[in-house]
Amino acid sequence: MSDLPITAVPPVARPRDEAVMKRPLLPLRVSGLRLASGGAALLDGVELSLAPGGCTVIMGPNGAGKSLLLKMLHGLLVPGGGEVSWNGTPAAQATARQALVFQKPVLLRRSVAANLDFVLKARGRDRARRDALLREVGLLHKARQPARLLSGGEAQRLALARALATDPEVMFLDEPTASLDPASVLVIERIVAAARDRGTRIIFVTHDVGQARRMADEVIFLHRGRVAEHSRADVFFPEPRSPAARDYLAGRIVL
Amino acid sequence: MTIARLIASTALTLGLAGGALAQEQSIIVQSTTSTANSGLYDYLLPIYTAESGITVNVVAVGTGQAIKNAENCDGDLLLVHAKPSEEKFVEAGFGTTRTDLMYNDFVIVGPEADPAGVKGMDDVEAALTKISEAGALFASRGDDSGTHKKEVALWKAAGIDPSAASGEWYRETGSGMGATLNAGIGMGAYVLTDRATWISFKNKQDYAVEVEGDEDLFNQYGVIPVNPEKCPSVKIDAAQDFADWLLSDEGQQVIAEYKIEGQQLFFPNAPKN
Amino acid sequence: MQSIGEAFHLALSLVLSGEADLYEIVGLSLQVSLSATLLACALGLPIGALIAVSRFRGRGLVLIVMNALMGLPPVVVGLLVYLYLSRSGPLGFLGLLYTPGAMIFAQTILIVPIVAALSRQVLEDLHAEYAEQFRSLCLTRWQSIGALLWDGRYALLTVGLAGFGRAVAEVGAVIIVGGNIDHLTRVMTTAIALETSKGDLPLALALGIILLVLALGVNAGVQSLRMTAARQAHV
Repeated sequence: MSDLPITAVPPVARPRDEAVMKRPLLPLRVSGLRLASGGAALLDGVELSLAPGGCTVIMGPNGAGKSLLLKMLHGLLVPGGGEVSWNGTPAAQATARQALVFQKPVLLRRSVAANLDFVLKARGRDRARRDALLREVGLLHKARQPARLLSGGEAQRLALARALATDPEVMFLDEPTASLDPASVLVIERIVAAARDRGTRIIFVTHDVGQARRMADEVIFLHRGRVAEHSRADVFFPEPRSPAARDYLAGRIVL
Repeated sequence: MTIARLIASTALTLGLAGGALAQEQSIIVQSTTSTANSGLYDYLLPIYTAESGITVNVVAVGTGQAIKNAENCDGDLLLVHAKPSEEKFVEAGFGTTRTDLMYNDFVIVGPEADPAGVKGMDDVEAALTKISEAGALFASRGDDSGTHKKEVALWKAAGIDPSAASGEWYRETGSGMGATLNAGIGMGAYVLTDRATWISFKNKQDYAVEVEGDEDLFNQYGVIPVNPEKCPSVKIDAAQDFADWLLSDEGQQVIAEYKIEGQQLFFPNAPKN
Repeated sequence: MQSIGEAFHLALSLVLSGEADLYEIVGLSLQVSLSATLLACALGLPIGALIAVSRFRGRGLVLIVMNALMGLPPVVVGLLVYLYLSRSGPLGFLGLLYTPGAMIFAQTILIVPIVAALSRQVLEDLHAEYAEQFRSLCLTRWQSIGALLWDGRYALLTVGLAGFGRAVAEVGAVIIVGGNIDHLTRVMTTAIALETSKGDLPLALALGIILLVLALGVNAGVQSLRMTAARQAHV
């Protein structure tokens, strides 16, 4: 991602207006979203609407623009064109009410507990919640260990706990289990599902078709910077309508 | 946090360091280097402080810089050796009075090989002429110090303009007496130095006094309290007390007593009351 | 060459003799340079961190100037500080000239650019790793800076040591604003300069050896502290 020409990213604004705070973030409406780099269109007019509730899985071959889309929805990346509207709130002002779990967790160089303490304090949350959060992701017994010594699965669970600590209304996950063993994958899926069941809107990027089947309420299939298909999960997996999604699910190369 | 505490203690140190000086009776003497480097102060100051309770802090720099520092009010007493400059200092109102304190003499030191053949001469102008004619290396202070001013005057008296040969045989170090001696000895050059510095100098190698005894080589030291009318921060009472003591029979005797290897370095000549 | 052997012998016997003057000078050297280092860190680290996380017009120019200031000649700093602290200068009323306070002041100015420029580099590298996560967490600039300073603390120790090394080794600034006054403002480097000017080269060299050992000791102390702490934090 680092070689992208990301120009002029303004600092993320915190919502100040009380009325804005109270209005729900969903539904989301995305229209004509574009981003180009060196003449190549990375996102080429993404149109999208998301209703409240549930888990949306975004799939698509490498380079389809999944991560870029997540970052634009989260307000970390300014699109070259088009609009993201979280129920009238622009993406840059919605960031604080959302959380993003990256593929590689970026943890502070301190203990597991201190990683959470930092976020709870920085975001003005009740610090007494720390142990409950650690218990939820199964890391309470490792609270005093250096975060940088955690295994890949544990580190990602800590990143999840940190995301949950900010009480996000929307949680983005960018291939969070890409390099984890099957047991860790299931633990993380369970935590995410629990958050969804509590009402957090989940937007989940994955390449793992099995995971997508387990998690998705609906699927968005991105191909060449456009939404090739947006269907309910029980429709998408048995009968993908777009040729690209059909090939992808069948394990054929999609370019 | 510990860092904050450390910073607080640092600030305290700063404050204390500033305050401590104001508390006790102490003065600052802007001095030429020869009196400090020769060890005179190390001998003389403990005697004075024991009697008076006044601590004397010596800032030893070249005479030119010492005078400038005193003009900036950064000293209570001036002890240097460049009479014309000292008189100008008093005339301009920076000092109260100038008094002769002591004297010794300048000498020209040179290497054993004596390339200009000046060994044993007692006519300094003739010696300088020989050095310039031989093109033998000569290391000058070049720093506007008392010794440098004297050297410039001697060249002038000999009718020679050595600055024409600057960088050739005439080498201006722009440094203090000790540094110039080190440099001169390093390159085999003749050097004009006051005798006190030379006697106490430890890096003589094969160098020895080659020219001495000319009355033009006379080196007079003077003492001047800084004028409180120009510099209200001056501790004139303590400065005057120290000056008076230096000029008193007792102070003069202490100066005469100071010897290195049996040689007297400074000869008191304060006017008798 | 014989004087080097002589100097080592002299250095050893000086230390063993327990001479009060030597310990006074060593103590003042440490006090002045450590104080200056702490002050320079208190000023320079936030500056370095702020520049590391900020993007603004003219930033490149600021970096060039800051890096260039690392090469500030001590004697120039000494002169500037002298002009300010002189009785006839704007800060003359403080009466700081020819005190350890003035020396701390001058050395602080000398090494603030070093601390700021080096910490900027260290923290910018760290920030490259953290930036996106921090923006996702909606941290304020000062929260980001605080996290970077704390997480970069071990690397920043080395930055502090670089500043200390520069401070404890310089003579040009302290000799002008301190005046090399015996028992008041004489530190290792000015004592070395003095003995050199007296032509006592073995003693000057011996003091130099002691200064070197001192710097070695401080560095070893900080390094072992760092390793112990880093081992516990596993960073």
